[in-house]
Amino acid sequence: MQETVLTANDLAVGYGSEILIDNIRISLLPGEIVTLIGPNGAGKSTILKTISRQIKPLGGAVYIGKEELAAFKGEELAKKMSLLMTVRTDPELMTCREAVGAGRYPYTGRLGILSPEDKRAVAEAMELTDVSLLADRDISRISDGQRQRVMLARAICQEPKILVLDEPTSFLDIRHKLKLLDILRRLVREKGLAVIMSMHELDMAERISDHVICVGNNGIEGQGTPEEIFTKERITALYGIEKGSFEERFCTAELAPPTGEPRVFVIGGNGRGTGVFRRLQRLDIPFAAGVIHENDIDFPAAKALASRVISEKPFEPVSYENEQAARALIDSCEQVICSIDSFGSMNAANGRLRDYAEKQGKLRK
Amino acid sequence: MKKETKRYILGYTILVLLLLFLMAASLFSGSVSFSPEEVIKVLTGAERGTTAANIILSIRLPRMLAAMVLGGGLAVSGYLLQTYFANPIAGPFVLGISSGAKLTVAMAMIFFLQRGIPLTSGALIISSFAGSMLSMGFILAVSPKVKRSSMLVVCGVMIGYICSGITDIAVTFADDSNIVNLHSWSMGSFSGIDSEDVKAFSPVIFICLGAAFLMSKQINAYRLGEVYAQSSGVNIKAFRVGLILVSSLLSAAVTAFAGPVSFVGIAVPHLIKKLFKTADPKLIIPAAFLGGGVFCLMCDLPARILFAPSELSISSVTALAGAPVVISIMAGRHREQ
Repeated sequence: MQETVLTANDLAVGYGSEILIDNIRISLLPGEIVTLIGPNGAGKSTILKTISRQIKPLGGAVYIGKEELAAFKGEELAKKMSLLMTVRTDPELMTCREAVGAGRYPYTGRLGILSPEDKRAVAEAMELTDVSLLADRDISRISDGQRQRVMLARAICQEPKILVLDEPTSFLDIRHKLKLLDILRRLVREKGLAVIMSMHELDMAERISDHVICVGNNGIEGQGTPEEIFTKERITALYGIEKGSFEERFCTAELAPPTGEPRVFVIGGNGRGTGVFRRLQRLDIPFAAGVIHENDIDFPAAKALASRVISEKPFEPVSYENEQAARALIDSCEQVICSIDSFGSMNAANGRLRDYAEKQGKLRK
Repeated sequence: MKKETKRYILGYTILVLLLLFLMAASLFSGSVSFSPEEVIKVLTGAERGTTAANIILSIRLPRMLAAMVLGGGLAVSGYLLQTYFANPIAGPFVLGISSGAKLTVAMAMIFFLQRGIPLTSGALIISSFAGSMLSMGFILAVSPKVKRSSMLVVCGVMIGYICSGITDIAVTFADDSNIVNLHSWSMGSFSGIDSEDVKAFSPVIFICLGAAFLMSKQINAYRLGEVYAQSSGVNIKAFRVGLILVSSLLSAAVTAFAGPVSFVGIAVPHLIKKLFKTADPKLIIPAAFLGGGVFCLMCDLPARILFAPSELSISSVTALAGAPVVISIMAGRHREQ
């Protein structure tokens, strides 16, 4: 059993004397990424602020290793833990290199003059987060995403054991989101860092996290591995999703389906139908989809967007009942769109359905 | 040598040369002009007891030193306040700290002088410090409540008006003989400062300057904001207390002897940052001190000479030179947003 680097027992957090969330239990192991997910305003940032000693706990305690957080001196804690928060910093006339260099604070002397070793750590951290080219630029004159990476470099060159990150991927483009997560993975794997962060991108959170904590409006609504947490039921309940839905297989969001009786029948499969489903959803035309195997990549979108889906079990040929049900739906629809052009032994029925629609004059290209 | 290093050396050279030139100019010129030989003779002690020696040693030299040291103190005080409030137009004058000091010093003067008790330099500084802290207390109480930093400055200006108003009323009711003295002082002036005064405020200013310089590591970390400063190990509470005490003490020492001097605290740090192209406190604190001296000596010359024998208040001149700088800061900030 590895020793935890950060532990919270029965922690209660909030502002002033008003408790926002209590009964928080966190145990963070070295080489592990723990992610807090949950709706806006539920208290993810409040938890992160408490474990990084920006605000006092309203109950319980936080331990760094075996020692209580409150017992640490400022510079000692700085060598254990560094931060990347969402606060906007707008210092006057400060280059990015200087901003990163501020992370060396706990290692420098009385006047904060950087030694060659400190300078090397700064340069390495900037290299790692891909901001070396910005070194001499003024930090108030770069984009939000660039600033995020500069401040990450600052946090890294502080050489902590624990990284606390509040929504680190917000403001970043896809390239730098992936890059940032890659950096975190590397730090965790190679240096045994422990990362605790909050995140809004569920797909990224599912892929990067070792452990996920759900921070809901009613407190901690569960924690566990990504497989346990990212289910349709849990996510829908956690965020109180009303319009649209959470699709668990790819951890993505689907918009709300058009409502009403299906007017179009889409013959889908092999991933070809999804584009058609989305187009119909944008036009607000209710539709039915079939016959789609439950292991087809068209299936999640069909389930989320179609008024009705005729589906078949994986690896089984389309059953007679399903084919009949699909025929009945074609009868009641105005038009039929066939998105596939090849039919194998498992979906031979779909070929027959296309011919049926063509005979009725309902088939659209 | 790196480009930055060259710039810093150049910056310091310019400041030192300007300072030396202005120091000489303030000794030579005035209602009576002296030749360099005469001044050197007096300073080296070769000439004693003459009118020239009297004027130079007991009037011009203390005044020159006062403008230099107090001006430097004001500039550093301004820089510290700008850092604390993350506001480029914060300063002891606009935040009403100078006026608070003026109020308590005027009260102390009236109270003691009417009873025939002379005020020592130390007592002046103490009463001035009390006033500085009073205004500072108000500003600190208001600052968490105002979202926009420009509102903070408005509050400071209002506090300044309140303090000035009370001071004016008190002065009106004071004895005639005292008013003359108080009047020129309450407008801001380096006149009437003697060598005893210089001996009193110099240690205060230099100790504060040293303390500010030793805080430059924390100040630098604080520039990224309180959260990051704390996370890199700054003891925020101690740092804030230190910064407030040092900046208040600096402006208190200045106000006790020269009255409220406007705009030095804002204009000088800004010009220095522009000259050095950095805001690194290690470089800026000493440079702002030199720059404050240069700025005040430069402003004190016309204040003394232009309409001699009558004098302008130093604040009128510093305002003329400093206010345009403030406007340019505001305009520059607006453009960026």
